[in-house]
Amino acid sequence: MIKRKKRIYLISLFFITIATSIYLILWALRDNIVFFYSPSEIQQKISLKEIDEMSKLRLGGMVKESSIEQFNDGSINFIITDFNKEMVVFYKGIIPDLFKDQQGVIAEGSINNKGMFIANSILAKHDENYMPPEVQDTLKKDYGDK
Amino acid sequence: MINKGNELKLQLVNPGILERYIKTLSPWFCGAFISSLIIGLWFAIFNSPPDYLQGETVRIMYIHVPSAWMALFIYSSMAVASLIGLIYGHLVAFIYTKSVAPIGAVFTLICLVTGSLWGKPMWGTWWVWDARLTSMFILLFIYLSFIIVSKSFNDPVKGDKISSIFALIGFINIPIIKFSVDIWTTLHQPATISKLDTPSIHIDMLIPLLIMFTSFVFLFLYIFSIRFFSELNLRRYVTYTLSSK
Repeated sequence: MIKRKKRIYLISLFFITIATSIYLILWALRDNIVFFYSPSEIQQKISLKEIDEMSKLRLGGMVKESSIEQFNDGSINFIITDFNKEMVVFYKGIIPDLFKDQQGVIAEGSINNKGMFIANSILAKHDENYMPPEVQDTLKKDYGDK
Repeated sequence: MINKGNELKLQLVNPGILERYIKTLSPWFCGAFISSLIIGLWFAIFNSPPDYLQGETVRIMYIHVPSAWMALFIYSSMAVASLIGLIYGHLVAFIYTKSVAPIGAVFTLICLVTGSLWGKPMWGTWWVWDARLTSMFILLFIYLSFIIVSKSFNDPVKGDKISSIFALIGFINIPIIKFSVDIWTTLHQPATISKLDTPSIHIDMLIPLLIMFTSFVFLFLYIFSIRFFSELNLRRYVTYTLSSK
């Protein structure tokens, strides 16, 4: 019985030690594990001079309503917002199907000297809600287009 | 002095008696798997609505999500079994961990592959190194390393001990996978069903998802019973050869 108790203590001590060290590693790396920054975070980083035109980063947020502008050469301009700050994004290339007004989006690229974001690639981000189209229509009717 | 509850417990930790139980149950597991798979696939492919945003592509979810759940569930059960094995030294706990590890690895692989196939049309990429995808990828490697570690010892007792400790260390990754979408910003969306709020999925899509999950559980139980017999026989053989030396 004593032996078993000792074993339980030993295992839990071992487990707690390893879990704590992994937690500390992840805590130290938290700024690198995040997949994207919001417009507010990027603008804060610009003002703190943590990033410049050379740094590669990802900007994520919502596509601002009716902010997508298309040009003849296939390039597009749009605004990413986190409902607090916003940033203009310039992009030329293939856009995913889910890239729409008021949808989640992540742009990969860098900033230019005018504070614009030049994207090399665009990823669409969708939320965790799944429903049939009819339900979405009735929701829109009941609550209005958000 | 043994009461009825204790008697059952004693029977379940006795490999030979447990083997008999599983032998009786395994055809039922197989039958339940096949019938629930047929119902589940019929619901998933023909009798569930498309998504308002993702259209028909959402049907990948009916394979992707249950296999992800299975991958996490199997690893958690392995960690619990390892803990029981380390503390009480029951042989069945070690045999359980050894026999389910490859099943969990395959479910992880299915989850990663279907997720990749889903990511291309929806997100616009096959793969990104965000926290959820990376931690799931690490889980696959934890499974594979566990299989390698559990097979690398000539002395089965030593092998059981070391591989159980390894399984416990790997368990730290499970909450990281679960909460990665809440702690860090990721491309992967947050949890739909296992959250404190009501699930944000329509009931017509939830039903096929749960049936598919049930079917995967029975598939797991069926493959486990086959793996259990072979691992148990392997152990008998190893113990026999060691003792006859």
